[in-house]
Amino acid sequence: MGYEIANSIQRISDDILEVEEGSLYPALQRMLIKGWVTANWGTTAGNRRARYYQLTAAGPKQLTAETSQFERVIGAITRVIEAV
Amino acid sequence: MNWLSELARRLRMLMHRPQFDTDLEEEMRLHLELRQQQQIECGMAPDDARAAAQRGFGNLTSLKEKSHMAWGWEWFEQLVQDIRYGLRMLGKSPGFTAVAVLTLALGIGANTALFSVVNGVLLNPLPYPHPDQVVTMVDWFPGYGESSISYPDFLDWVRLNHTFSSLAAYRRDSFNLTGQGDAEQVTAMDVSDGFFSLLSVSPILGRDFSSAEDQLGGPPAVILSGGFWKTKFGSSPDIIGKALNLDGTDYTVVGVIPENFYFCCSSTGFRLSDVYVTIGASKDPPVRDRRMISTWAVGRMKQGVTLDHARADMDGVARSLGVAYPDTDKDVGIVVTPLEQIMVRDIRPFLLVLLAAVGFVLLIACVNVANLLLARSTGRGREFAIRAALGASQGRVIRQLLTESVLLALAGGTLGLLLASWGTRAALTALPSALPRANDVRLDPRVLLFTLVITLAAGALFGLAPALKTSLPDLHDTLKEGGRGASGARYRTQNIFVVVEMALAVVLLIGAGLTIRTLVGLWSVSPGFDPHNVLSFRVGFPPSISNADASRIRASLRQFTEKIASVSGVSAVSLTTGAKPLDRESGLIFWREDQPKPPNEVSMPYALWYRVGPDYLKVMKIPLLRGRFLTAQDDANSPGVCVIDEDFAQKFFGNEDPIGKRLDFSLVYTQALQIVGIVGHVKQYGLDETANSPIQAQFYMSPWQLPDDQLKTWAVSAAGYVIRTQSSPGAFAGAVRDALREFNSKAVLYQPETMDSVIARSLASHRFAMILLAVFAALALALASVGIYRVISYIASQRAHEIGIRMALGAQRSHVLKIVLGQGARLALLGVVIGLAAATGLTRLMTTILYGVSATDPLTFSAVAIVLTLVALVACYIPARRAMRVDPIVALRYD
Repeated sequence: MGYEIANSIQRISDDILEVEEGSLYPALQRMLIKGWVTANWGTTAGNRRARYYQLTAAGPKQLTAETSQFERVIGAITRVIEAV
Repeated sequence: MNWLSELARRLRMLMHRPQFDTDLEEEMRLHLELRQQQQIECGMAPDDARAAAQRGFGNLTSLKEKSHMAWGWEWFEQLVQDIRYGLRMLGKSPGFTAVAVLTLALGIGANTALFSVVNGVLLNPLPYPHPDQVVTMVDWFPGYGESSISYPDFLDWVRLNHTFSSLAAYRRDSFNLTGQGDAEQVTAMDVSDGFFSLLSVSPILGRDFSSAEDQLGGPPAVILSGGFWKTKFGSSPDIIGKALNLDGTDYTVVGVIPENFYFCCSSTGFRLSDVYVTIGASKDPPVRDRRMISTWAVGRMKQGVTLDHARADMDGVARSLGVAYPDTDKDVGIVVTPLEQIMVRDIRPFLLVLLAAVGFVLLIACVNVANLLLARSTGRGREFAIRAALGASQGRVIRQLLTESVLLALAGGTLGLLLASWGTRAALTALPSALPRANDVRLDPRVLLFTLVITLAAGALFGLAPALKTSLPDLHDTLKEGGRGASGARYRTQNIFVVVEMALAVVLLIGAGLTIRTLVGLWSVSPGFDPHNVLSFRVGFPPSISNADASRIRASLRQFTEKIASVSGVSAVSLTTGAKPLDRESGLIFWREDQPKPPNEVSMPYALWYRVGPDYLKVMKIPLLRGRFLTAQDDANSPGVCVIDEDFAQKFFGNEDPIGKRLDFSLVYTQALQIVGIVGHVKQYGLDETANSPIQAQFYMSPWQLPDDQLKTWAVSAAGYVIRTQSSPGAFAGAVRDALREFNSKAVLYQPETMDSVIARSLASHRFAMILLAVFAALALALASVGIYRVISYIASQRAHEIGIRMALGAQRSHVLKIVLGQGARLALLGVVIGLAAATGLTRLMTTILYGVSATDPLTFSAVAIVLTLVALVACYIPARRAMRVDPIVALRYD
């Protein structure tokens, strides 16, 4: 569920990453198109209809790829900064 | 397959867009409400909590849009929107829409019709499997070029070649059919046993010829054409095994081939054959004679063999035949040509010129519609300015306008397709003889694709200029109510349109003018004889005459002539059994007896051989230049004589006097013939015959002087008559037929035709091109004059205010007339000048279809320039008159 995803991003990042919560939704669409996540309607604890997102098999694979790419870039940036 | 499942997901979203939007909305609302709930729980007031939630969430509308757009269907949704909007706009102005659609329909329809012809005739492969493997083969003689071949040579080709999977021979023939009601003449083709299988034609009934039947002494067998089987035997399946009496011999019917089978190339013309017999079984002596070239050949190359291979192979065959038979085959080459090329050789240039012309018509139609659109877009200036002010990008507005023009084009294209399918059929029924392969002309997928492409291209073409023009409005000026005054730039576009239209129309009119001049010129060319009031027909003699002895044949031929001459209204009659102008060819090799005999027959000269009666000159009105013509006294008992034409005299005697000289025709005559007269030259190969045509020399002989053993071959088999009549010759066929039947009930008159229609037929291609070009040019003229009329009207109405002021200040009406007319005249003249320049370059491409007129004929050029300028002036005069009558008060009060 989008709301919970937003909450957990905030929680995990200790509120450092405070992006517009809504921008999660266009991002979710892109992941849906790529087939990294699937969405299913379910019910919340408060008995409301909500859409729950779930990673597919392709999801973690893509995550690993993206993470390693990200780490390479960060690593490079760090090295550049340290060299200064 | 990742992209495939991705596509499936995207498509699923496209199908369920409304559902998608409500789901997304529900999801976001829940998000906001939960966040608000959380803030309230943290102690915020409900209103503040909602505001905070919304702040944290971001711009709801834009996020919804972004999520929607992420699926990539934006273009599609806009297209649907544009189409809907475009349809509404077109529906709002039905008059404009109707004119635009009709204009485009004419342009696209004409293009589709012509392309379907080009497609059927030039582009579609022949209806045989692997048609590119099928070639025709002819002899090439050093003396006179390409020619048919001899049957013995053909048999050697079959034996000696290495590159063909099969070769087949064929020759035209005709038979007197008896025993099936009235005697009648049937057209036939003598073919070798592999002919049908080479062309991949299977009998629909019975079987193909066997090789035993294709041999001298083999059982006589006949295959019927589907059409003949239907009309003569009511498609009865019992026909197989029955006997057909042809020229007195019983042939067993072994098969029937499909009705739609046709085979035409070179000399065989478009006429279909009724029956097919085997050439190998023919008892006709010339078939066995290596010196007699009356056979044609086709071949199918082996898989993987190229044309060059086949040519090299046949060159080798030709060389070895030259060594084996130096007398008849030395230095004779073999020309191998793809069948397809042969069939369309003559019509190709005509079609290409027409295709270019019809493209011009479409261009003019496009310019006209662009013009309409531009005029209309002035009225819509505010609409686009508002759109732009509301944030529509230029690209978006252009897309909207292009969608509208493509919609117009599609409507025009659809209507054009209907016009084309009707027009093509009408044209083909009206001009059947002008086109080979006419039955291959139809609207097939390729034509439809062509139409679609030109329709879309046209839509883009005529839509783009106005779209670019309109989408760049000066916002400020247009929105300000008083946005009038002379906006020169807009006129400039329309002026360019007028000039372009005029120039295109000039080129088309000149093209049409040149073909008309060609045809008029050809009609006035004398064929060397007078075709008016001459009827020509052929006669099939029954076996009782053709198989009779020589004296009986001679007597019969004479009696037949006398019988026809006795028909009232017939003023002269002549037998004609050899070459016939514009129709049949027959030739013979010879040498001058007073000069050394050439070493072999190949090196002997060749001349057209007319075998005619004594009254031939009287019938055809060919002038006798010197000496005398053949007479009734020139018969079997008197010394052999011949008459030559002026070209013959010029070419072989130069300044010598040919009369009294003797010519040796050893192929047919044992004795040399003495030249007794010289007559005028006749255009054997058509009115457009030029000095490049193959054989020019002609000579005449009396059929009665043919040696006894040659009579059947050269006088009876190919017998025909020409008669001069006192009134319309077409009406005489019946009377002559009755007279013949009275004389011999089994003699058959066939192929009656007036010489006038023979000549008309020979001009069919020229006529076809002229009619179509004239139609296209008329269309272009009409469109262009409507175009200039509309632009001048428009400009005049826009200038009404200015004109009002001028008149209020004392300008004369004639002055106003001059201003408006002058503006139109300037544009028209500029267009005409550009058109003349373009035509000078373009008409050069059509020289192949012109005759007797230069591609830059000054008369045509100046006539077209004058006509078009006048038409343009008239078109401008109407709006100019209207402008002249402007009431200054009304014009000034108007804005």
